[in-house]
Amino acid sequence: MIEYIFRRLLITIPTLLAIVTLVFLIIHMSPGDPAVVILGDYASKEAVDALREKMGLNDPLYVQYFRFLSNLIHGDLGRSCITGMPVANRIASALPFTLELTLTAIVMGAFLGVPLGILSAVQRNSFFDYLIRTLSLGGISMPSFYLGILLMLVFGVTLALLPVVGAGDIHDLRDNVSHLILPALALGLRQAAYITRMARSSMLNVIGEEYITTAKAKGLSDTKVILIHALRNALIPIISIIGLYSVVLIGSGVMIEIVFSRPGLGKMLLGAMHQRDYTALQSLMLLYGLFVLIINLAVDFAYSIIDPRVKYN
Amino acid sequence: MRNRTAAVGAVLVIVLVLVSFIAPLLSPYSPAQQDLGNRLYPPNSKHLFGTDSLGRDILSRVIYGSRISLAVGFFSVLVASVIGVAFGLIAGYAGGITDLVLMRVVDVLMSFPVLIMGLFVMSVFGPGTINLIVALAVSMSPRFARISYGPTLAIKEQDFILAAKASGAGPVRVIVYHLLPNILGEILVMGSLWIGTAILIEASLSFLGLGVTPPTPTWGNIIREGLNHLRTAPWIVIFSGGAIFLAVISFNMMGDGIRDIADPKLSSLSS
Repeated sequence: MIEYIFRRLLITIPTLLAIVTLVFLIIHMSPGDPAVVILGDYASKEAVDALREKMGLNDPLYVQYFRFLSNLIHGDLGRSCITGMPVANRIASALPFTLELTLTAIVMGAFLGVPLGILSAVQRNSFFDYLIRTLSLGGISMPSFYLGILLMLVFGVTLALLPVVGAGDIHDLRDNVSHLILPALALGLRQAAYITRMARSSMLNVIGEEYITTAKAKGLSDTKVILIHALRNALIPIISIIGLYSVVLIGSGVMIEIVFSRPGLGKMLLGAMHQRDYTALQSLMLLYGLFVLIINLAVDFAYSIIDPRVKYN
Repeated sequence: MRNRTAAVGAVLVIVLVLVSFIAPLLSPYSPAQQDLGNRLYPPNSKHLFGTDSLGRDILSRVIYGSRISLAVGFFSVLVASVIGVAFGLIAGYAGGITDLVLMRVVDVLMSFPVLIMGLFVMSVFGPGTINLIVALAVSMSPRFARISYGPTLAIKEQDFILAAKASGAGPVRVIVYHLLPNILGEILVMGSLWIGTAILIEASLSFLGLGVTPPTPTWGNIIREGLNHLRTAPWIVIFSGGAIFLAVISFNMMGDGIRDIADPKLSSLSS
């Protein structure tokens, strides 16, 4: 197990390096000039040239690349082109808001989606199954930012039950949670819809297997067959789908942060894009790439726990 | 039951396409026509979906909005599938170092959520319809590369490929005439499912102000404008968002149906 985890971590390094390289190249392919961004459109050519020299933008690409890598390894994400503040500090203050939203939505999606999908599969073709299937089809077709706006309209504007702007005070639990409910629902319900669909079809797949018939023939109760024999086998594709859609969820999270004006990474990302803040953009893209790597790792580790065959590969 | 869902989806998709083609005939007003005396007017008999902050008719704007959404959805998936499938076929068929390099590039591109990759490309190249199609195609193409790579590996070992090679077919001929037709079914299924997603991402990017910019109406930018008037004129957001939902659910219903037809094993499971 430990060896498997170690080996899996080791093969993450080249992927990480490739992500760093890709982000670096795209940023350097972009048509704007960071020196012009900092000094403004009316800066003299001399001033722009001097700043380019100072920022090292006149060095050959590979020199810039290795400097960028070396800075990254030392934990230096650089300073914002716009504010001059260290990017790492901005990220550190935005990260908790994004993490609490993302994790709540992922957990909500799994805890709603897996049981609903399994119940729907077990009661196949019943009214409940039909209802769940219709709802989940609707759920995956609903843009989460639109769902967010509708929730905002109903619970924030019309009923005035919950706050709809910002993330509240992170040190005040009550305030923080009340700001989290609507955005987490907007993200989590869509996630639940995806997982329900997958859990249902994966469960149906397993129920048809011969070992389930054997378990039933042994005289085990339906509940035992479902919970002990079917669920464990159905979980493998379900976990991979939770991972896959958690990646999609991270993208939708950006939209939700914008809709609810939450001061998270998504808001920072969009700001960096609009202001052409290259250093911030670069670091944020790396961070989002890193999130996906972590999710993929977590999925693989979960496999190795649920399916003992995995670690022998 | 499944086939009925698929049929409803297909009919809805056809209606949507028709609406976008005959938009000028269907819209009661021009989508850009301002009526400053009737600003933020709630839905009524003259303006079924109400008006926006410049007095423009929301129904007409939503009808015209279908043009961008469908065009971007369709063409971005088309470009993404052409690029992605070419990558997958070449990597799978060539093997060796070509395979290694191409598929690593695909893996890295897949390390970003499609929406964030789209955002990134748009912010580098700037807004506009063509850029939007390129951004979406770049973000989605790795998924098409993955889906065509696996089957290519399996098919290239089969006897008919060997026979084609033995009769003197070069790599291009083998790929285009012998490998491609065998994976086309899967690509079509995946494409129909991805159009819905592409429409969703187009709407998201336009909503963020990075997609198609005003005055061209798109569902995403109508919501963007409407969000400022959520308290006073919620109908702007409700109707334009409803249009996105309807379009995406139509493609999803149709895609589910096509997938079931293409894969009878899944069909028996999901019905």
